[in-house]
Amino acid sequence: MSSAWDLTFAVRPPRAVFLNFPLNHETGKANDPALQRRILLDAFRAFETFWAPGQILTLPYVWDPADRSWEDTDFGPGVELYGVGTPIQGGFAERTLGRAGRARA
Amino acid sequence: MPIAYIQRTRERYAEYPPYKWAVNTDAPWAPLTKPLKECRLALLSSGGFYVEGQEPFGEHDVSYRLIPMDTPVANLRIYHHGYRDADADRDPNCVLPLDRLRELAAAGVLGGLADSVVSFVMTYSPRRDLERGPTIAAELRRMQVDAALCVPV
Repeated sequence: MSSAWDLTFAVRPPRAVFLNFPLNHETGKANDPALQRRILLDAFRAFETFWAPGQILTLPYVWDPADRSWEDTDFGPGVELYGVGTPIQGGFAERTLGRAGRARA
Repeated sequence: MPIAYIQRTRERYAEYPPYKWAVNTDAPWAPLTKPLKECRLALLSSGGFYVEGQEPFGEHDVSYRLIPMDTPVANLRIYHHGYRDADADRDPNCVLPLDRLRELAAAGVLGGLADSVVSFVMTYSPRRDLERGPTIAAELRRMQVDAALCVPV
């Protein structure tokens, strides 16, 4: 799976499936199991239909049909890439899952 | 349109020496020898996931964790150098589709799943990453999988 077409084209894995979503959503949107399932089923087609190494299948899903402005700014200078809470660019940190659930509780 | 990540990375980290991207002009090829519904599928993730009770990852860590395929996602923990994990926190399936793969295997779309997810973190070092590759390949052979789904973050 890939959400970075140029990186994947450069690395050239044997089979790649491109989903034009913001990084860190390579198998779909959170809490949208129907979309996650469709993405995987589409991605599986690559196993059976690709006939040569280096092919890239582009999936048709759009992150937000009403607003594609993220494509103009994401990953650019000044865009925070390090998740919720305190930026951890300075080093590794434990990012225990379930924070949102605990915050709601 | 796809984002030009290489260009944006150059701009974002303009004060650092340019990152040397891997550029390959060829790729290995292993044909699938049977229908996917008869294949055992592995799942590889660079998302820094591990199971509660396992050793978390560390800096420059080339090790990997084996996450039993039947692990409830509530038992997953995550440790990584940094990515936007707010959505992975709400629902790990957006980068680690454990629940979805279990459903698809149960539905017969896949022949089965590997015993464990192979999980690791980035290291900033292509050399170290390459050293890790053969150990993960050996793990996949041990698990007797027919295909692998790699989900980078």
